[in-house]
Amino acid sequence: MLEHILKRAKQPVKKKGSLNGASITDQRQWFLLTLPALLMVIIFKYIPIFGVIIAFKDYRYDSGIFGSSWVGLDNFKFFFMSMDAKIVIRNALCYNLLFIITGQAIAIFLAILLSNIRNKGLVSVFQNAMFQPFFLSWVVVAYVSLMFLSYQDGILNGLLVKLGHERISWYDEPKYWPFILWFFQMWKGIGYNTLLYFVAILNIDESLYESAKLDGCSTLRSYRYITVPMIVPTIIILLIMGIGAIFNSDFGLFYQIPQNSGAIRSVTDVIETYTFRTLTSAGSAGVAGAVGLIQSAVGLILVIITNAAVKKFSSENALF
Amino acid sequence: MNTREEKIINGFSIILFAIYAVICVIPLLTIISSSFTAESAIKENGFGIIPSIFSVEAYRIIFSNPLSIMRAYGTTTVVTLCGTFLGVMISGQFAYALTREKFIFKRIFSFMIYFTMLFSGGLVPTYILITRYLNLKNSLLAIILPMAVSGWNIFLLRTYFHSMPESLVEAAKMEGASEFHIYYKLVMPLNTAGLTTVALTVALGYWNDWYNNMLYITDTRLYSLQYLLQALLGRIEFFNLARNSGQFVSGELPKQSLRMATCVLAAGPMLFVFCILQKYFARGVTVGAVKG
Repeated sequence: MLEHILKRAKQPVKKKGSLNGASITDQRQWFLLTLPALLMVIIFKYIPIFGVIIAFKDYRYDSGIFGSSWVGLDNFKFFFMSMDAKIVIRNALCYNLLFIITGQAIAIFLAILLSNIRNKGLVSVFQNAMFQPFFLSWVVVAYVSLMFLSYQDGILNGLLVKLGHERISWYDEPKYWPFILWFFQMWKGIGYNTLLYFVAILNIDESLYESAKLDGCSTLRSYRYITVPMIVPTIIILLIMGIGAIFNSDFGLFYQIPQNSGAIRSVTDVIETYTFRTLTSAGSAGVAGAVGLIQSAVGLILVIITNAAVKKFSSENALF
Repeated sequence: MNTREEKIINGFSIILFAIYAVICVIPLLTIISSSFTAESAIKENGFGIIPSIFSVEAYRIIFSNPLSIMRAYGTTTVVTLCGTFLGVMISGQFAYALTREKFIFKRIFSFMIYFTMLFSGGLVPTYILITRYLNLKNSLLAIILPMAVSGWNIFLLRTYFHSMPESLVEAAKMEGASEFHIYYKLVMPLNTAGLTTVALTVALGYWNDWYNNMLYITDTRLYSLQYLLQALLGRIEFFNLARNSGQFVSGELPKQSLRMATCVLAAGPMLFVFCILQKYFARGVTVGAVKG
């Protein structure tokens, strides 16, 4: 009983203590507020980060990560010695460069178009339309692609037959796939980027255009000398993010759209699909983990390098 | 006021953008139209934008045996509701604490979240953690938990909370309100727009998830809508393979229209809802574009 009273009496004294300019009670409450999300981040983000040691192990399911034996760099060697390494790295690089460059250019172009339209109702209709593909899952997009590319009932083959050509077995012909994948990536993702640029353009001070006009600047020239320079910060942020993720591909695009067709794998296989296949079908978690680790590490290094480069040339545009 | 040049540019922009808008929506319209087309017409003419022979046969078949799609709806709804609720609740609390200047862990926790956006352990360690160590294979928790917290959403909420006048929090503090009280009774109600934006983004992720289903769910009764669709697509590819190898497969089911009808039923209703609430997503893009 006495102990209890003493404890109570002590409490106000404790409360008076302060840490970093706030009471300990506040600090404790803030910490408790962060705790649930913190635990989730530690479990689902940080434990896997430490789990990358699997890349240096010959993983056996029954012995677990700690029980499996160390194999040094064998998993990395296995990957780089395989034929797949060259293909998936080349595909990831080429597709990402293509997506970054054309995606940005098209989005900027569409955003400028949208900003020219004076009819507010029409702008909102267009915005709705361009967001539609963004809401679809890659599975539904796979339905869309199948509808176009199906050998028997596909719209494209229907058109070819009508024009007197032979049907094309799209899922067996590698040469068409760079374009097909590019198309669906653009179709699904461009609306989001267009909106990003559209907002950036709307934020440009209208008086800049007014004074340019007074000086006799044509509308087309004002895009070149006002609009584009003013959205450079947005371009740079998206570019840094794009370069940092240059080895990362959208698993959905490369897994769902080609329908796992082996005949076109040389142009549709990327690091994600390779890792997934290695983990699930081949069952070599060690190799898959090694590939994942290289991918993450290279990504981190690239973001840091790009950001440092941006900082050197125009520090206000750097990401961090 | 409008010069001739401006009028031309306006008209030109409308035409080009209209073409783009049509490209965006036509595939969906074709899916809907195909689901209402008689299977014989699809076999004859292929897919088309306008049903050549109108039929509700595919829908009749689905509604006569709706168990698997209803079950998938149930699973997806439960996952989406629980995941979104959990994600928004704990991300919001976290983001609020990060806006407190005097919080001693403010910097380190911000960095911890930021780092997860730059570097991740990747698929393999996560997969092993969930299946072997947490034993969540064939549990809906394997889908709900990993997607609940994202750095992007925490920073988005932090940006929203920062734009709120600090004096409100100070005033509540004077009244002796606890930090929990301030967050739940003051910060949350004042930021419903931001919370809705994040909630919808999180909900979209859960609703469209097939990836975690594919990794962690093998029990067909626990299939989500998207994964059910994916499984259905796979089986149709099987039929195509049989055709290529010379064996003719003549099923009694209207396969193509059935598939498209399932796609419409699975994706349609939520797509409609998301489109109506589009402005919240657009706002997320806007706020997210602000650096930091």
